[in-house]
Amino acid sequence: MFSKGLKKEHYGYLFIAPFFIIFIVFGLYPIVYSFYLSLSSWDGFGSPEIIGFANYKRLIGDYMFYKALFNTLFIWVISVIPQLTVSLILAVILHEKFIKGKSLFRAIFFFPNIVTAASLGLLVGLIFSWQSGSFNELLINLGIISDPVNWPDKPYFMRLLISSILFWQYFGYSMIIYIAGLQGISRDLLEAAEIDGASKVQVFFKITLPLLKPIMIFQVITSIIGGMQIFDQPYTLTNGSGNPDNATLTSVMYLYKTAFTRYQYGYGSAIAFGLFIIIVIFSIISFVVMNRKTKGAQG
Amino acid sequence: MTQKIMPQTTLGRDAQPKSKVKTSHVFIYIFLVLLAIICIVPFYIMIIYGTHTNSEIASKFIFLPGSALVENYHSMMENVNIWRGFMNSLIISCCSTALTLYFGALNAYGFAKFKFKGNKVLFWFVLATMMVPQQLGLVGTFRIMYLLHLLDTYAALILPAAANAFAVFFVKQFIDGTIPDEIMESARVDGAGEFKTFNRIILPMLVPALAALGIFSFIGSWNNFMGPLVLLFSNDKYPLPLLVQLLQGYYGTNYGVQYLGVALSVLPIIIAFAIFSKRIIGSVAIGAVKG
Repeated sequence: MFSKGLKKEHYGYLFIAPFFIIFIVFGLYPIVYSFYLSLSSWDGFGSPEIIGFANYKRLIGDYMFYKALFNTLFIWVISVIPQLTVSLILAVILHEKFIKGKSLFRAIFFFPNIVTAASLGLLVGLIFSWQSGSFNELLINLGIISDPVNWPDKPYFMRLLISSILFWQYFGYSMIIYIAGLQGISRDLLEAAEIDGASKVQVFFKITLPLLKPIMIFQVITSIIGGMQIFDQPYTLTNGSGNPDNATLTSVMYLYKTAFTRYQYGYGSAIAFGLFIIIVIFSIISFVVMNRKTKGAQG
Repeated sequence: MTQKIMPQTTLGRDAQPKSKVKTSHVFIYIFLVLLAIICIVPFYIMIIYGTHTNSEIASKFIFLPGSALVENYHSMMENVNIWRGFMNSLIISCCSTALTLYFGALNAYGFAKFKFKGNKVLFWFVLATMMVPQQLGLVGTFRIMYLLHLLDTYAALILPAAANAFAVFFVKQFIDGTIPDEIMESARVDGAGEFKTFNRIILPMLVPALAALGIFSFIGSWNNFMGPLVLLFSNDKYPLPLLVQLLQGYYGTNYGVQYLGVALSVLPIIIAFAIFSKRIIGSVAIGAVKG
């Protein structure tokens, strides 16, 4: 009996094998091969030629890489700060007993999150276009401006527009996650604090917020990983151009364009790895910083 | 809209008759309703503008539906067959989801119920892959699809779905919580093979988890833009997100047609959400908190 039972455990390998085979072929190999390509020069024809770290040297001195990185960071920071705060406020509000229509509000706020990002980019592009955009027409109707403003030609406006799309798509998602976190906090604890004379604001800052810390760390790190990879919305918003003056060219757009429109596959791979390293560094920094704050609060 | 809600707040909880609290409740409702309007307006504009001619759109701000829906539809179909895109999206998303669910469940079951050597280490490895950004292997993915002659095929977008780490994680949580070892043991006593046990007995028990995961995986695949952008070249294989982008090229100045195209590409998601919203929102929360 015993030896038979032991044998059964080996079936586990058969159950996990298909996943790992697919993962090695379509997940691991592409990453390893990209790394190999990042050390070589290849235009898609013939075979790649190893050139050592030349691509990385080029990357370190590449103005456009830094510009794309700046654009990405700018867009991310401007979207993520309101995203994580507004969603927290909403979560606390929608967790209150007295609110009516909670599930309807949750559904409406969450909905933009599941809409095709590429379609949204195009839609916002149409609404904010120069000559026939409904935003300009609304402003003219309201008498705020007399002639249409060429919004797509304003670098900071376009960056803010992408930030707004991201905020609009993700605040509901963050809210749902905060609500799930709030549901894990016992109501007795909060009610006990209120009976002891703590105000709602005090309860929020002294009890709720510290208990939500792990959820906040989770949200910040996933938003870094996601935010550094913004692609769909700026791509369709600007018809793939990154205009005006490359102000909306994000890091992944730069990677895509380098590899797949200029056919510099080697350099494109180096951009991917450069970006990956930056994502890892940012994730570690934010994890350490947020964890340290928790320890401070406890001690 | 706020007027409609105000009486509800005064009627609502009479137990706490503090008028000060109630005014703050009104402000909270105004805030919620305003945000809700912001969430809906772009979709309203999209649908309304899709029914107007280009000259109407160019001349003024529009609140109400127009009469050019059929006209816009016909001019869109001249160059871009949106139904073909719809079918492509459906094929890719359904097949991807099926692979994600079956192989995700298979793998999760292997990790959850068989204590083979290296179980823990390999499971942590699967979890770690979730943190790796997709773009890291983008160029390499293009290369492997070329080597396997899968470029410009649906398979290039479907096959990788069999290795979805999140699915493994999600289903394993469910198995750990709901499926006792006794079920497998009684199946073994009855003489069922291990795979038969999985397919006939375990898989049906996983349906609640697979349903939630399936909706996610379907939406993720439906919305995928970069994958098809890199791996597909023929217009007749494009899924909806790429076709919508194609509209931009064909109808750069015809706004009505572009609005209509965007609306048609988003409509299936609106319908799906109207039906499954509770389930979708519920599983977002489960996935996040357990992670």
